[in-house]
Amino acid sequence: MSAMDHTEEPVVLAPPGLQIGPVAWCRKNLFSSIPNTLLTLLALFLLWKLIPPLLDWLLFSAVFSGSSPDACKDAVGACWTLIGVKHRFMLFGFYTYDEQWRPLIATVILLCLICGSGYPKFWGKKLGVAWLIGLPLFGWLMWGGFWGLPLVETDKWGGLPLTVVLAAVGIVVSFPLGVLLALGRRSALPAIRTVSTAYIELIRGVPLISVLFMASVMFPLFLPEGVTINKLLRAQVGIILFTAAYQAETVRGGLQALPKGQYEAGNALGLSYWQSTLLIVLPQSLKLVIPSLVNQFISTFKDTSLVLIIGLYDFLTTTRTAVADPAWQPFYVESYAFAAIVYFGFCFSMSRYSQFLERRLGAQGRR
Amino acid sequence: MTNAALATSSEPIISFEDVNKWYGQYHALRNINLGIGHGEKVVLLGPSGSGKSTLIRCVNRLEEHQAGRIIVDGTELKGDVKAIERIRRDVGMVFQSFNLFPHLTILDNLTLAPRWVKKMPKKEAEDLAMMYLERVRIPEQARKYPAQLSGGQQQRVAIARSLCMKPKIMLFDEPTSALDPEMVKEVLDVMIELAHEGMTMMCVTHEMAFARAVADRAIFMAEGSIIEIDTPDELFSNPKSERTKQFLGQILGH
Repeated sequence: MSAMDHTEEPVVLAPPGLQIGPVAWCRKNLFSSIPNTLLTLLALFLLWKLIPPLLDWLLFSAVFSGSSPDACKDAVGACWTLIGVKHRFMLFGFYTYDEQWRPLIATVILLCLICGSGYPKFWGKKLGVAWLIGLPLFGWLMWGGFWGLPLVETDKWGGLPLTVVLAAVGIVVSFPLGVLLALGRRSALPAIRTVSTAYIELIRGVPLISVLFMASVMFPLFLPEGVTINKLLRAQVGIILFTAAYQAETVRGGLQALPKGQYEAGNALGLSYWQSTLLIVLPQSLKLVIPSLVNQFISTFKDTSLVLIIGLYDFLTTTRTAVADPAWQPFYVESYAFAAIVYFGFCFSMSRYSQFLERRLGAQGRR
Repeated sequence: MTNAALATSSEPIISFEDVNKWYGQYHALRNINLGIGHGEKVVLLGPSGSGKSTLIRCVNRLEEHQAGRIIVDGTELKGDVKAIERIRRDVGMVFQSFNLFPHLTILDNLTLAPRWVKKMPKKEAEDLAMMYLERVRIPEQARKYPAQLSGGQQQRVAIARSLCMKPKIMLFDEPTSALDPEMVKEVLDVMIELAHEGMTMMCVTHEMAFARAVADRAIFMAEGSIIEIDTPDELFSNPKSERTKQFLGQILGH
């Protein structure tokens, strides 16, 4: 800073024509020209047409009480009675009714661990310990079978815990795999490069549904007689393998964006390949691709709803199944609305988190 | 101050024997034969594309030569990754574009290699780093990030970062070319001090005053070949080859 010191302060002038305040803001942003003014008016008109009826349906004319479809007979708005009556099934599916407090606590533990891991201040050994305690605890609560908890098989798992597990494990495991594939695709060794490229291109070329289908139906055909692999695990592996290929291409974008000089400086200092990759290359290139990485995470979270086709009851499926009951069938819109709100909550948090992380890490390098 | 006689008489620490290199069809280095003595300072100059940067980048294998032998401190540079990493530990390099790690503080930039390559304890590495930061006269910047420093300060940090590995040889690839004119001197001063301490140095630079002050030999290259080697004074004021004369005429603006 000392080099910047001036003995005389230069005269500082305010920029000309600076206006502040709400009126100035509106004039500048909403009514700056005739086309702009027309667009603003059109937007206001559409909002006026749309928002009041929507709020009316969602809240003012909605029914919140009651315990049967009869409560909503004369309702003009939404029938939230459905959620009141069916929320246990929507959230937990066919999980043993009296034991449903277990997936509730387990999911809360898992979500806490994920949220905690997202905060750079907590990155360290203690976080590792928290995961080492948290994950077995999660497994014990979900499966049970010992220490006083009755066993609940995975084919009874369903609803939100299933969605959260598939997405969380899918993201956490596929990410390092994706990084390895990206590094592999840029490797100097032809064998590694070819295998990585072939894998990425193959997986990207097929829909997730077919990967899940193969994992579920075809894969067991190749196993020896008597050996079975849990259906949930197969779906989970399918999601991981699929997501990893996409993550790999995102990460590769970041690797390519890094100036060559960074690689050379690492080499010139005598760092090994893995040292410069872990200490210099990845911290910088992953930071560059945070927006696309989180985009991928959000996409994975929603893609888990496809496990329906191999007979797993994820959250979207349980919500829909809840209105299969003929008495409740007229209220299917409410069930979708409920699912949409929950999905939005998760996805929007991820999106906000991405912005937080970018700001936080961006402040560090200041470039 | 300089000691040309001593430098050339001792066993070379870097030797090039019939070194050739191609980029595709382009012949970048042609039959290079050169020995650099312990503690010798050599300046390389020549027009752009003459192969001077390529030559010093071959010393720490940032570029690979395809024919001939390069021997650095008794080890021949071949495909052996471990040998290359060992040589790189003993050979520091300063780049035209600094190449500091932007995501790390100045102090972390300096301690990274000692801690991970030499497994030095954190405290010891930091003391060492602070010592070198004082030598390049910017200890007060230790907690900042590279982007917060001026070009001259960044290049001094880059020099200190290399010195933290206690190298036997320092390579400089146009260290002042990317700097604003008023910052060139602060970097050259650090390099001159380093030269006086007896470091073996190979510098690609067109800073004549620096070359005259510290270099034992100046090497003029063109089209991938060494055209002329002499003491800086002789080469600058009394060049033998036409090609050298022409080049010097151009950079001196005659």
